[in-house]
Amino acid sequence: MYLLIILLPLLGSFFSGLFGRFVGFRGAVLLTTSGVLLSFFLSCVAFYEVALQGSSCTIELSPWFVSELFDATWGFYFDSLTVVMLIVITSISSLVHIYSIGYMGQDPHLPRFMCYLSIFTFFMLMLVTADNFIQMFFGWEGVGLASYLLINFWFTRLQASKASIKAMLVNRVGDFGLALGIMAIFSVFKTLDFSTVFALSPYLADTQIVFCNLEFHALTCICLLLFVGAVGKSAQLGLHTWLPDAMEGPTPVSALIHAATMVTAGVFMIARCSPLFEYAPKALLVVSFLGAMTCFFAATTGLVQNDLKRVIAYSTASQLGYMVFVCGLSHYSVGVFHLMNHAFFKALLFLSAGSVIHALADEQDMRKMGGVVQLLPFTYAMMCIGSFALVGFPFLTGFYSKDVILEVAYARYTLSGNFAYLLGSICVLFTSYYSFRLLFLTFLAPTATFKSSLKTVHDAPFIMAFPLMLLALGSIFVGYLARDMMIGLGTPFWSNALFVLPKNSVLLESEFIPQTQKFLPLISTGAGAALAYIFNISQVWASYRLKMTNAGKNLYRFLNKRWFFDKVYNDFISENALKFGYTISFKTLDKGSFEILGPSGIAHSFINMGQYISRLQSGLVYHYAVVMLLGIVILITVISLWEFLEILLDNRFYFVYLISFLFYNYYSIKKTHSVDG
Amino acid sequence: MSLISTILFFPLFGVLILLFVPNWKTQLIRRIALNTSLLTFLISLLLWIEFDNSTARFQFFETFSGLPSNGTSIGGFSFSGFNFLFGIDGISLFFIILTTFLIPICILVSWTSIQTYVKEYCIAFLVLESLLIAVFSVLDLLLFYVFFESVLIPMFIIIGVWGSRERKIRAAYQFFLYTLLGSVFMLLAILLIYFQTGTTDLEILYCSNWSETRQIFLWLAFFASFAVKVPMVPVHIWLPEAHVEAPTAGSVILAGILLKLGTYGFLRFSIPLFPFATFYFTPLIYTLSILAIVYTSLTTLRQIDLKKIIAYSSVAHMNFVTLGLFSLNTQGIEGSILLMVSHGLVSPALFLCIGILYDRHKTRLLRYYAGCGRTMPLFALLFVFFTMANISLPGTSSFIGEFLVFVGTYQNNSFIAMLAATGMVLGAAYGLWLCNRLVYGVIKPHFINEWCDITRREFWMLLPFVISILWIGIYPEPFLDALHCSVSNLISHGM
Repeated sequence: MYLLIILLPLLGSFFSGLFGRFVGFRGAVLLTTSGVLLSFFLSCVAFYEVALQGSSCTIELSPWFVSELFDATWGFYFDSLTVVMLIVITSISSLVHIYSIGYMGQDPHLPRFMCYLSIFTFFMLMLVTADNFIQMFFGWEGVGLASYLLINFWFTRLQASKASIKAMLVNRVGDFGLALGIMAIFSVFKTLDFSTVFALSPYLADTQIVFCNLEFHALTCICLLLFVGAVGKSAQLGLHTWLPDAMEGPTPVSALIHAATMVTAGVFMIARCSPLFEYAPKALLVVSFLGAMTCFFAATTGLVQNDLKRVIAYSTASQLGYMVFVCGLSHYSVGVFHLMNHAFFKALLFLSAGSVIHALADEQDMRKMGGVVQLLPFTYAMMCIGSFALVGFPFLTGFYSKDVILEVAYARYTLSGNFAYLLGSICVLFTSYYSFRLLFLTFLAPTATFKSSLKTVHDAPFIMAFPLMLLALGSIFVGYLARDMMIGLGTPFWSNALFVLPKNSVLLESEFIPQTQKFLPLISTGAGAALAYIFNISQVWASYRLKMTNAGKNLYRFLNKRWFFDKVYNDFISENALKFGYTISFKTLDKGSFEILGPSGIAHSFINMGQYISRLQSGLVYHYAVVMLLGIVILITVISLWEFLEILLDNRFYFVYLISFLFYNYYSIKKTHSVDG
Repeated sequence: MSLISTILFFPLFGVLILLFVPNWKTQLIRRIALNTSLLTFLISLLLWIEFDNSTARFQFFETFSGLPSNGTSIGGFSFSGFNFLFGIDGISLFFIILTTFLIPICILVSWTSIQTYVKEYCIAFLVLESLLIAVFSVLDLLLFYVFFESVLIPMFIIIGVWGSRERKIRAAYQFFLYTLLGSVFMLLAILLIYFQTGTTDLEILYCSNWSETRQIFLWLAFFASFAVKVPMVPVHIWLPEAHVEAPTAGSVILAGILLKLGTYGFLRFSIPLFPFATFYFTPLIYTLSILAIVYTSLTTLRQIDLKKIIAYSSVAHMNFVTLGLFSLNTQGIEGSILLMVSHGLVSPALFLCIGILYDRHKTRLLRYYAGCGRTMPLFALLFVFFTMANISLPGTSSFIGEFLVFVGTYQNNSFIAMLAATGMVLGAAYGLWLCNRLVYGVIKPHFINEWCDITRREFWMLLPFVISILWIGIYPEPFLDALHCSVSNLISHGM
């Protein structure tokens, strides 16, 4: 049964993808959706068995590749953390599958789309059920592939194509760190099995390793490398640039991959590796700082984005920041709890946004929307629920996790805790502002939509509305229902899945922080909503004037251009790498120095030398005599001065000569060009 | 006649038959060649089936007395025990199977595209097959050299005669020049070895010792020859030229097998014969490999010729292999052998894909292509799959090899492993860029006006690649099992 959970989406994907031509639209939809749905029901059973009944389960399938000590296996491990993720993935995935039937119904490539969605689900399940790092890496890269394919689903669009490359490439940078982390784990622990590594981590807490010729604390080094992977996948500051661009993909994809599941893989990984992170306090410090910074950065950027989906994307990045920093503060359970809650309300937000976009003939710019509340009342209701859950309105899902996150941060009384708390609480205000701005601009502001698209506006059909309703239920109740189970004081729910050093846990203290701090998020939320109302509905001119001041303009540009991250990366990294690839490594070396030292140089120099030497063959005796004399003189000199000349034969001189030749050539080419110019 | 000599002579037997078939019966010629090579492949699978995984000794041992073995004196030197020795161990097993696997594909791929000198073409490939099998199974240093060099002859002809453009002559010249130049040093080294030990029998040489300076000297001489074949960085420029000018089948063999000759040489000769020099030169190899990985990956990003892109990426991948070999631990060496096998599948498959495009549109410039996914969905699927294998996504064969190489290198030197891992990012960059340019985007009907997806022949040609790449990617144990003994013997012997 446990293996079936993972296998069913793969089978669905296989048949709809490779035999889509034969099974047809209906067949493809039926195969994939029923596969994922069945998988969902089975995960519910697994959840009952593993999490509620507390019987975690390991399945060793077969060895994967074994080489001396290195053994990677195909093995599956189901503990509470895994089954929580299973529920999240399969439920959201099933709903997105169902939603896509309506949303993508007109697309001629529907079977391909369903195939990609299912294969994504499969890889994601592989990621969360893996029992060793290598298999997790398999899922990790697999979801990257699925994300690449799905962003690029409408492949005739240039933007989609660019975004897909960017997504996979930036993720690959993260994977680079993760792969190095895995290697470091292997070199320290000599195994990659989760249970062994985690069991050994306390004993190796004081080990030092040499990484890049410098000595580091082993676990800190490992955790930081692993965290680079998480930064890539979970779009943390630095490697976040792919996430907003990934919104080029179809909206169901954004809901499933770029909000609910794949981007949370980083958080999952940190939670999974909690026994390692716990013994690496410095790594935790970095994690919490970067998480808080991401949270702040993404929220500020989200304030002024005009693309409906991008706002939600930045909100996702911001929420991921919350999850990461709370993990950095050693409260993995709260992080995972927020992950689960976030999956529901963010999927709801994305899918309702999709419904809006679908209704308005694929318009995504919020400035060209407005006033559709009368036309799309159902979508509006759903969006409202999602937004309220997101901003942490009391007793909705987001409230239960977000407030706990802030309280925990406050109760840490450390530098990282205070920092995270500060940025986190400011972000509550921002979150509320952009969420309500989104609602106002899309639904309530005076309309700016084209008449042609307004004529055909229609609310979501049942097949799209049904998943929205279920997600709305989730966004309202999941937090309340699961709170005590997952983050209640002394809950046995996580058993061995998450590990927290007792000195790091402040859940109890967080109950006793001042009452004002507890009310602060609520007040910020209200303030954010009020500001959004003032700037976008009642005093639009005021906000316009504010924007037109010099400082306002600069600030707006800075935020709207996403803090110029993309520009810096493009101008300073990509551009230079590409330039290097052409001018230095191709033109100067391959087609320059190596060519001259190699084939063409040999050909030319032989011809020249031949001509030169042939001139010596003059037939005159005194010419030959001079040559002989010279030869003898040189020979005698060399023999007698050998002691001195030997120094010149030092290998290093050749190296210097070679290098200077390579670059001399480059600059001489440049010089001649500049003279011509 | 034992198994190994059957495999060795079977292609030559096919050549013998072909000699008696008239030139104009091209279809018959192709059929004979295909059947011969397929049968060879089937027989070579027997090698694997009967292979004993539990020993590191050479198996399927076979000798032919070349010269009278007792003290014949030729020109003052007495040759003693100068025999044709053949035998394989875990290291060479998969190269032989890879060779026999690729040759039928080579004949299939040119089923319609080669119309001139068909008979000569088939003969060239069958002879090449025989020679390659001999290179991988011979256990005599001098004979290795002979076969190693004679592989050049059919390859030179294949590039020079069936190449695509006028520039092919230059490419063939470069190819020949580089390889021969390196090999001269190897020949000298072999002579030196012979004069010291009095034999070129590999098994005896494994038990001989050289002084440290001499080891360094000999190692460098071997390196000169093998580095060209790998190719390592300063001497790699023949490869893109040769690939671009060669016919598709030529590229397949070049990328699939010929590049492995160099790394096979390192593995078979340099490392076990000269362990001290191997240690001594490990930094050199690391430096050159890293340079190659980073430089060629960046170069690849700016190429517009489809074949050049794959050729440059081959250079990067082969330098991962050298990195793994010289990490000198089990993971590194097994990983690099697996990576070689995997590269021998992925890179030819990509060349085949490009050959398919070339057959239809007669251009290899990337600028003319876009949106192939629109008109050739099956092709697009396969191409994306092979690209993903090329950037070593887990689940494909390259991942297994590359990851083991990383693990091996990391234990030796984490800094080098980190630098090499940048190749992972850069590899993804050019792989995805190529894939998106070629398969996705809006179609350019001015340039692309043949709307034919891959044919049945082409599909069956590519399917074995897909299956084997996935097989190695998901369950490589049968491959690794055959390697363990030989590799650990290699390491324990040398060190």
